[in-house]
Amino acid sequence: MPEAKRHKERLIVLPLVGVIALNYPLLSLFSRVKLLFGVPVLYLYLFAVWLLFILGVAVILEKSGPPPEPGEAEPTKPGSG
Amino acid sequence: MAQTVLIVDDDRNIVVALEFLMRQAGYAVATAADGRQALDYLADRAADLMILDVMMPNLNGFEVCAEVRANPRLAHLPILILTAKGREAEKARGLALGADAYISKPFSTHELVELVRTLLLGKSEGI
Amino acid sequence: MLAHWVILAVSFGYLGLLFAIAYYGDKRADAGRSIISNPYIYTLSIAVYCTAWTFYGSVGRAATTGVGFLPIYLGPTLIAALWWLVLRKIIRIAKTHRLTSIADFIASRYGKDPLVAGLVTVIALVGILPYISLQLKAVSTSFNVLYTYHSPAQPHLTSLWSDTALYVALVMAVFALLFGTRHIDASERHEGMVAAVAFESVVKLAAFLIAGVCISYYLFTGPSEPVLDAINSPRLAKLMEMAAQPGGYASWFTMIFLAMSAIIFLPRQFHILVVENVNEEHVRKASWLFPLYLLAINLFVLPIALAGLVLFPAGGVDPDTFLLVVPLFAGQESVALFVFLGGLSAATGMVIVETIALSTMICNDLVMPVLLRLRSFRQGNLGRVLLTVRRASIVAILLLSYAYFRLIGESYALVTIGLVSFAAAAQFAPPILIGLYWRRASRKGAISGLLAGFAIWAYTLLIPSFAISGWIPAAILDQGPWGLELLRPQHLLGLGMFDPLTHSVFWSMLANVGLLVGVSLFDRQNAMERLQATLFVDVFRHGESDTRLWSGTATVADLKGLLARFLGGGNAEKALVGYAAEQGLDLRTKVQADARLVGFVERELAGAIGAASARVMIASVAQGEEISLEEIMRIIDETSQVIEYSHRLEEKSLELEQTTAELREANKRLKELDRLKDEFISTVTHELRTPLTSIRSFSEILRDHPNLPPEERQQFLEITVKESERLTRLINQVLDLAKIESDSVEWTDTLVDLNQVIGEAVGTMGQIFRERSIDLERSGPPGAVAVMADRDRLIQVVINLLSNAVKFCEPGAGRVAVRLEVRLNRARVEVIDNGPGIHPDEQEMIFEKFHQLKGRHDEKPRGSGLGLTISQRIIAHHHGRIWVESAPGAGARFIFELPLAKTEKS
Repeated sequence: MPEAKRHKERLIVLPLVGVIALNYPLLSLFSRVKLLFGVPVLYLYLFAVWLLFILGVAVILEKSGPPPEPGEAEPTKPGSG
Repeated sequence: MAQTVLIVDDDRNIVVALEFLMRQAGYAVATAADGRQALDYLADRAADLMILDVMMPNLNGFEVCAEVRANPRLAHLPILILTAKGREAEKARGLALGADAYISKPFSTHELVELVRTLLLGKSEGI
Repeated sequence: MLAHWVILAVSFGYLGLLFAIAYYGDKRADAGRSIISNPYIYTLSIAVYCTAWTFYGSVGRAATTGVGFLPIYLGPTLIAALWWLVLRKIIRIAKTHRLTSIADFIASRYGKDPLVAGLVTVIALVGILPYISLQLKAVSTSFNVLYTYHSPAQPHLTSLWSDTALYVALVMAVFALLFGTRHIDASERHEGMVAAVAFESVVKLAAFLIAGVCISYYLFTGPSEPVLDAINSPRLAKLMEMAAQPGGYASWFTMIFLAMSAIIFLPRQFHILVVENVNEEHVRKASWLFPLYLLAINLFVLPIALAGLVLFPAGGVDPDTFLLVVPLFAGQESVALFVFLGGLSAATGMVIVETIALSTMICNDLVMPVLLRLRSFRQGNLGRVLLTVRRASIVAILLLSYAYFRLIGESYALVTIGLVSFAAAAQFAPPILIGLYWRRASRKGAISGLLAGFAIWAYTLLIPSFAISGWIPAAILDQGPWGLELLRPQHLLGLGMFDPLTHSVFWSMLANVGLLVGVSLFDRQNAMERLQATLFVDVFRHGESDTRLWSGTATVADLKGLLARFLGGGNAEKALVGYAAEQGLDLRTKVQADARLVGFVERELAGAIGAASARVMIASVAQGEEISLEEIMRIIDETSQVIEYSHRLEEKSLELEQTTAELREANKRLKELDRLKDEFISTVTHELRTPLTSIRSFSEILRDHPNLPPEERQQFLEITVKESERLTRLINQVLDLAKIESDSVEWTDTLVDLNQVIGEAVGTMGQIFRERSIDLERSGPPGAVAVMADRDRLIQVVINLLSNAVKFCEPGAGRVAVRLEVRLNRARVEVIDNGPGIHPDEQEMIFEKFHQLKGRHDEKPRGSGLGLTISQRIIAHHHGRIWVESAPGAGARFIFELPLAKTEKS
């Protein structure tokens, strides 16, 4: 199931990119006392990456829902009780 | 009065040749450049035989053939089909649609004239 | 100033509302119409992650460390991207095996070992209890701020009986008792509680946003103003850099890492995410909606923190209380009250879920294993006992937390406990994550990893916090125990480059992962461990049926009795009847239980008392021997092999199918080509026979009629010649096209000047234009327009287009124009006539073979029907494009474009 696999790969790569974007040294590039649109650049960068990341996850998960993998097909039943 | 042959072909030169041959053989001649014109002619005028090309714009020869045979007034009009395709299937189709004879291009002028003569003779005998 | 009774009335009124929501949620669940079964409620309930510590503390952290409050939220955001892969697997396993707590989950993975379960429970208790205290403290502090704002002299700690925190703790205990232990349930789900928690998440988000907007726009002109004020103060401007973050980038990374694991492995998060999950599919939306919630709740943290710092520069106000104090300062008491409710929501939500999760763990993993060893507990209805133990645990947890809070008050230990708790929960990450994907991770590995990680955590984080609070001599921090410098808790083995948190996380994770992996590599798993490991790692491949464990030596009546003792007679009956219906069995006629039924009962029991205890209980009923575990492993291995094999077969047949389809497609294409070829030949035949017919007829006529009048004779001869020419041209073109299509043309591409090409073509055609008195006009840029092309072929194209144009023009009135233009990197040639034009339907088809247009006066055109086809092929060969633009009655415009030669761009 190559489509499911590609879907999986995208989901794994995204957080790796996120961890890199949100840590040293990339983060240090924005660590300065400066405002952009009235917002400190460091905050602007963090929130922008944050929002983009959420969009990325949403697009991957909502747009390209993979066909269920074999053996994964049966839906979960809510607990009986 | 001379019998009238209706010549239907979209190739102008072939019409000229056929017209000459028919006149030489003593027939009156009418011409049409495609199937539609042929049917228009037959609608209000009489012909004793029709020489009909197959590949023509505005109704091909087979379509004309079928229409003519469907019309009781024209059901017995002898039809000689001329075709440039020369395939057996075409011949069978033309005959099945009610054509009386079939000749492929290029034809021998003698044969053609003979065939027309035979068809017209058969027709007058039949009447 | 807010009256004491107003605050109390609002608080308890709000808590009453929570009770009502939870009650409604439970009622709906009982009626089978769940209100929480959708991804949005699921997402909101996950937001129980945002506690009072983060609610008030974010602003406090922002005021002291700048961006330092953000990693707590960035971590969960990053890891949420993996939820669809990892969390879904955990949920599937927990549902399949009826696992109801994180302790149960880890224990079940490592051979259903009660020791592992107990260990996890102890770590959770020690790590989390202070965290609950922190929530109580937050409620108490916020109450005091609200109450005493205008008389700050009042002492913070009030007497026991007038302390709101105590009452809040008691109310929460009642809530947890009512909605957390209503009955013993095999799935341990509490819909009412989830509904209430989701509601609280809405309240705290709303409170934060309203406070943010009010502060930004009431006290300032907008959220940027406090920022602009701050940037001019050197002290505050620092907060906009990473420099304000103690511990720098390392601690930043550590916090992101801790938050990543905390979002799943804090017991309450595990409970909400896994145990209370209604449907795996909800994970999809929650994976991005929950991070969005986190982003929203943090939007105003910085403006509020800076506002507080700008308004109270002296530092007399605790930054943790800015969220309350700033609205109060502005006289916005109702906003402050709403903020207080938000904080109360954050605190109560956390306390309730955490308490219920911990009580389940205490009951199932600490108390029951001991009780079940006692003879007297081996019979009788244990359902009551279970409920009693859980209720007692809830009360105990809350009272202990309260005591802890009273005991240590304002000390350092409490302030940092949030992250300390995160570090404790992080110890669960290795055994779970590694255990999910690595089959050989063993019980001994997990135990040694957990023990070592926990010990190092306690030594490097807990002990120092005690030391700083003054409970043990502070000298241990500077000199180490017994003066052993290498053992200084915050500089273990002399490692001094990190902040204390990073230091602790580094060592504890190193030990935890190292021992888990290292010991597992040298350990031999017993059969039970191997079985569980396989079932966990391959959960998506094995169905529930593979979990059967027992040979058929238990009776149905025994099993039913066993279930009834824990779940109650009614529930036991219901569960068994449901199972029988599902499997198509009739239990009334069945005496001996088969392995599946035993497995089912064990899972039901596991839901109530935990996997480890359930196993003990089943063993007490199923007298006979277990099927040897080796046997089961063999069965499972075989099953996986069969699955694997059939999977491969499926792939093969899929491949075959694909090949067949491809072949079929190719065959179809061949047939189509064959048909096209036939048609082509038949058309060519027709086109050849037509002129031949004229030639033969007229030749025979001339032969048979030697005495024709001269004019007629001349006419016939002329026709014969013309038709012979037509025949020759046709034959040439057919051959030409065949050559082009079979790619056997030798193109001699050179630099060609299109102006010259057109000139030559016009020269060739000039005679015909003059004969028919058709006006021919030329225009183009001066100088050479160079393209790389076969010169003769291009001339052929232009001649084709010109002769086409001539054919369709009225002699005498016809006008044809040839235009050459250079557009960007392309040369464009247009041949325009003022003939009858081409109907839009035909514009595409005229480039097809033998498509003939009717000439003027409906006369048959004298073309072969191949000229345009050949032209198109030639232009295509030169990477150009040819098309026609026309409207009927308005003439036609044939256009071709060719790329300009690279060497000579004008």
